[in-house]
Amino acid sequence: MAIPIVYNLRSLRARWVSAIVAVLGIAGTVGVFLAVLALARGFRATLVSSGSPDNVLIRRSGAGSELDGTVPLEQVRVLEDKPAIAREGGQPLVSPEAVVIAPFPMITTGTDANVQVRGVTPEVLKVRKNVRIVRGRFFQPGLAELVIGRNVASTYQGLDLGKTVKFGGGTWTVVGVFDAGGSAFDSEVWADVRVLNQTYKRPDDLYQSVTASLTSPAAFDQLKDSITADPTLTVQVDREVDYYARQSEVLTALITVLGTLVAIIMGVGAVFGALNTMYSAVAERGREIATMRAIGFGAASIVVSFLFEALLIAFIGGMLGAISVLKLNGLTTSTLNMQTFSSVAFAFRITPVLLLIGIFFALLMGLIGGVPPAIRAARRPVALALREL
Amino acid sequence: MKFFPLILANLFRKKLRTILTIGSFAVAMLLFGLLAVIHGAFTGGVDNAGVDRLMVINKTSIIQPLPISYRDQILRIPGVKAITFDIWFGGIYQDPKNFFPSFVIDTANQRVVYPELAVTDAEWNAFLADREGAIVGSKTAKRFGWKVGDRIPLKAPIYDLDPWEFNIRGIYDSPRAGDDLSQFWLHYEYFDERRKFEKGDVGWYTVKLDSTDDSVRVEKAIDDMFANSPFETKTETLQAAAAGWVKQAGNIEFLILAIGGVVFFTLLLVTGNTMAIAVRERVGELAVLKAVGYSDRFILFFVLAESLFIAMLGGALGLGAAKLFTVVVGDPTGGLLQSFILPGSAILLGLAAAFGVGVLAGIIPAVSAMRLRVVDALRGI
Repeated sequence: MAIPIVYNLRSLRARWVSAIVAVLGIAGTVGVFLAVLALARGFRATLVSSGSPDNVLIRRSGAGSELDGTVPLEQVRVLEDKPAIAREGGQPLVSPEAVVIAPFPMITTGTDANVQVRGVTPEVLKVRKNVRIVRGRFFQPGLAELVIGRNVASTYQGLDLGKTVKFGGGTWTVVGVFDAGGSAFDSEVWADVRVLNQTYKRPDDLYQSVTASLTSPAAFDQLKDSITADPTLTVQVDREVDYYARQSEVLTALITVLGTLVAIIMGVGAVFGALNTMYSAVAERGREIATMRAIGFGAASIVVSFLFEALLIAFIGGMLGAISVLKLNGLTTSTLNMQTFSSVAFAFRITPVLLLIGIFFALLMGLIGGVPPAIRAARRPVALALREL
Repeated sequence: MKFFPLILANLFRKKLRTILTIGSFAVAMLLFGLLAVIHGAFTGGVDNAGVDRLMVINKTSIIQPLPISYRDQILRIPGVKAITFDIWFGGIYQDPKNFFPSFVIDTANQRVVYPELAVTDAEWNAFLADREGAIVGSKTAKRFGWKVGDRIPLKAPIYDLDPWEFNIRGIYDSPRAGDDLSQFWLHYEYFDERRKFEKGDVGWYTVKLDSTDDSVRVEKAIDDMFANSPFETKTETLQAAAAGWVKQAGNIEFLILAIGGVVFFTLLLVTGNTMAIAVRERVGELAVLKAVGYSDRFILFFVLAESLFIAMLGGALGLGAAKLFTVVVGDPTGGLLQSFILPGSAILLGLAAAFGVGVLAGIIPAVSAMRLRVVDALRGI
């Protein structure tokens, strides 16, 4: 027979100080655990959403990131003629691009951070369909004009619509702001690739990567085979999503490993707190437990009752922790992308699945902290406990 | 001190509770220690970089090169003691995930400018004699199990498609905690001969100054010297440069303070609660002590001593575990962090924090014990 739940609720109220301590311990642990996971997921999501399943990224074979190596114009022309490349109005959807980094002072710290500057052609908007201009206009080909990602203006001093900035030996005017749907491009600055190459004194006909749209995601293998078979091409092709997912790997692993380590240690501490609370609850209630046993409740009922109390504490703690990190959702922060030496802004990303993981983690702590005291409560000899009165 | 056995006896009255409380403390201090280690891994370079060295990079960005001819020009500026250069090699061992920094170095000046990254003379001379030689930091050597004499293939996608092969000729180490022991160094001559572009260019210069007081003047002198040239420079102290990279990596400081704050607040509650329970249970005994003539102040210190004992023992255990973790388990990220050590200053700070929490957690129960009215307390028995 089960002991009524009201009994546990009243007992929590009677020992509210230690109950609150245990709740806060678990809430803090769950909060830190979720915040770290949200950070790792947010970073990954930002990079992964930079790629689109229809698109491929072509760069020189063996190049680690876009910064390494070049793709000459004549190879771009060959690529444009491949049948797997999508066309719009007879024009191939191909965007040859050059990438440099330029230091700008951050608003928050005043110290320089590297911004990725991408040289593109006006066709880029047809290839990267998730990018659209939200303020101002796109740059005029041939002019030293910039369009900036929506996170750029709020991160760096001097980079804002209508302002003039100097970098790479040129003077540039910011003419527009684009929204790239929360991807890494939101942290980039785009300019005309020819103007960029001239400013950086690089040959006009050299690019660093080519982004192209496929006729369909399934056309990837066909393109890859035809590139491998063509001896004049010294490039490799990757799905854009794979390329960006790989860039996120190292940092995501770093955050996840360190964050999990911290969360596990905090978890052990929270379990100690829960154990302490439950053991003192059991100790203080020796008389009640013995009385319940004496009037016919079985040992199993006692175990279930105490376990329920521990899980209740854990659940409240888990909910509290989950609610307190909800505020972080969407909060933007930035970090260094080690593959491109440039800063990328990303947002904490808290998903319902993540919240469930947090609650589950809390219940696990409650279970570990609740089982030993519950068993001790059930094992106490009834006669002995009653005599203690 | 003669009351120590009494304090101990009180602690062992509820063994499990005492152990759990000490355990919570130990866990929190272990966490504190590990956070200090992580903090050091991100910012250790900043403290160690110092202001007696300057880093000269291309004003456009660090990935833009500088001409090698700048070396002699900078060396002529008064106040400059020595200069060396580096080039980012971007070597990859087997998989990009096995990241470590690899630099092409100026063998003639490396040891003058970076004396702290020590290599034995025998190993250094073997390195000089072998153009395919390489020196590697002790951390990276340990990570991949490399020994002197091993032949290591590295891919360098920035420069070449074919792998480059190197012979490990030496392993550098640093006596100073927090120095980057993960670098891989190779010869400029070998590199420059094989690379196909930017021949004769270097990545950045590191300048050693005669006097640290001179840094501002020399910084300006260098940047003025190359102003309006095709390769303008940006010069700052190594410390400022390192701090810039750390700031780009994110607000590590805030993250660690936030986690640490949550942990300490929780800890304060846990210990305070335990001490309050302990005092409540012992009201009678404390009253007896007072009745037989012990002063209020004695009772205050008596209760505080108990909470301090728990705090200091837990703190010592936790920090010891953190130290042990860094020594035995080592870097859990498999070498992504440039150092993984618990500095002595963090241990001292941790013990001080444990002491503080011990006092704070014990003070309310101790004061209430001190204020106890003997008559009321004894009547309750």
